[in-house]
Amino acid sequence: MRFDLPNGTSIQALKDVSLELKDGELLSVLGPSGCGKSTLLNILAGFLAPTEGKIVLNGNTVAGPGSERGMVFQNGALFEWMSVRANVDFGPRMKNTPKKERDQITDHLLETVGLGDFKDKAIYELSGGMQQRVALARCLANEPDVILMDEPLGALDALTREKMQGLVLDLWRETGKTIILITHSVEEALLLGERLLVMAPRPGRILKEYRLPFAERGVGGDLREVKKSDGFVETRDEILSMIWEMEDEIMGRTEDVA
Amino acid sequence: MMILLLYVVVFVVAFFAVKYFSSRFGQVKDYTSLKTVTFGDESAVTPNRAASIISVLTIFLIWGAFTGSKLTPIHVPGPFVGETSFSYTAINAAGATDDATVSIVVYRLGQDVSPPEIAPGDGFARNNSAKIGAWRSKLIKAKNNDEGGKEQGYQIVAVNGVPIEVGMPVEIADGDVSLTAKGSLNFTPSKGLQIEPIWMPAPEAVWSRFVEILGQGYQGITLADHLGWSLIRVVAGFVAGSVVGIPLGYAMGLSGWFRGWFDPIVEFMRPVPPLALIPLVIIWFGIGETGKIILLFLAALWIMTIAARAGVSGVNITKVHAAYSLGASKRQVLRHVIVPNSLPEIFTGARVAMGVCWGTVVAAELVAAEKGAGKMIVAASKFQLTDIVIMGIILIGVIGFGIDILMRMAEKKLVPWKGK
Repeated sequence: MRFDLPNGTSIQALKDVSLELKDGELLSVLGPSGCGKSTLLNILAGFLAPTEGKIVLNGNTVAGPGSERGMVFQNGALFEWMSVRANVDFGPRMKNTPKKERDQITDHLLETVGLGDFKDKAIYELSGGMQQRVALARCLANEPDVILMDEPLGALDALTREKMQGLVLDLWRETGKTIILITHSVEEALLLGERLLVMAPRPGRILKEYRLPFAERGVGGDLREVKKSDGFVETRDEILSMIWEMEDEIMGRTEDVA
Repeated sequence: MMILLLYVVVFVVAFFAVKYFSSRFGQVKDYTSLKTVTFGDESAVTPNRAASIISVLTIFLIWGAFTGSKLTPIHVPGPFVGETSFSYTAINAAGATDDATVSIVVYRLGQDVSPPEIAPGDGFARNNSAKIGAWRSKLIKAKNNDEGGKEQGYQIVAVNGVPIEVGMPVEIADGDVSLTAKGSLNFTPSKGLQIEPIWMPAPEAVWSRFVEILGQGYQGITLADHLGWSLIRVVAGFVAGSVVGIPLGYAMGLSGWFRGWFDPIVEFMRPVPPLALIPLVIIWFGIGETGKIILLFLAALWIMTIAARAGVSGVNITKVHAAYSLGASKRQVLRHVIVPNSLPEIFTGARVAMGVCWGTVVAAELVAAEKGAGKMIVAASKFQLTDIVIMGIILIGVIGFGIDILMRMAEKKLVPWKGK
């Protein structure tokens, strides 16, 4: 992926990023800012066309946004002029699913994410954590094959975040969806990533890939226990020092330029 | 100047009086009253209701006090009304002097009075009488009345014993007397500080005129007709402007071709005040309804176009992305995401457009119209019917305010998520 800039130069945002995801895998992507995480996700979602290479899902090449790839955004991106219910059944409604069927899906999903009592509230009456639950439910209501999450918990406070991480794991296990999650929190990437990609900047590339046991341990369990379990702290420190090194390198380079 | 000074005095006195009373009685205990920093904290500044009430009362009090209203208990001194007299001393051609008295009745305009009956008196200077309307003055041609007044050497030398010359007026009890170059006396009764009704009528005069016009209409057209026509023009122009402007704004926000095509036109027309278009509209369409509605259409069009375009550009891109990745088509994105998301901007634009249209219609009617609020006040002003003019201005203000309140209520009802 290369962006041409107005001044004639170009930025290589992503280079040689190849990966294959199996059905039902949970992949988290981690990296310092500017490493192309968001560009990667935008290409996967179909909002950007890659300059080289292609995305193939179920044998079809991705050419634009589509309902088989659901997205959860950092700020929820909910439609605040609709009620909670209208937000969640937006996808089915656009496909002209009958009302009865839609209500069934909505009721079930809102119960699952713990918002059974808020079905007909307005979006602006909900807290940030609740809004993010609605965003998850809205995405799931559309029955996507892949769920793309762009720092979905980034705007939440630490306590809500921990609870939501548990919810994401439970939903993953329950629905068996393939999930790609972008985050800048190392702990979150470790907890939620069955597979973990660490990316490096300039050009954006895959630095290292991990296969981790923590997501399995976390399902239905206590995430705080997982954090104390074997290997968690070591892996975290390893990744952190990797990222610190990259950040230092970026800083150094900009100073050289200046 | 005096009115301004008085207003400032009332402002300051009321401030301290209210502060004193509210500190003695009824301390408000709420969250804001516990804030120690209020200077600079806008949220801690709430309008003082007592100040609002006193402010409105003060305007009426000053209005009443300076117009001699029956509604207000205190007044500034009014013009002198009643009977008065002064004496003058004349010297005739033979060098003899004689005194005579001028009896004057000063009356309120509109009353029917006759000059006081007087005896001619003795000597060559004869007594005079005159009637003068309040706020007016009158020449007293003593030399026409006096024996030998036309002769060379006849001259008035003193008033009430005080020597008088041209350019040196003499003050007497109820006015002042000056000597004209031609040797006549000019009496001006004291005007007091009140304003003459033809400049500023009293509040009750405006009210009674309102009741009268409400019943009989003005110049054969009822008040409801005058105001109704203005409103119909505004609504017609605004609706036409919205029907064209909002889709145009959406098109400009969604398509590069539309934006490129209409940007120069919109950006050029936007800063042109609609009032500047009045002469052209009159040349093209005459002074009838078509011209007015086209003018208001043009006034609303650019505002609504820009509001709709801003509404589209204000849509958060992630919401559009979210809708597409939920499988919505372009048409569905427009209907379910872009239109609702732009409603707050469109409402803001609509409020501005209604305000501008209301102002423009009054101005257009001032220039030329058969009926309408502006027509009514401009016709009344030609007959110096200040009470109708003031009544018209108040009604225009009330209606403009009412329109804005209605728009705000509609906004609250239709876009409850705004600002949340």
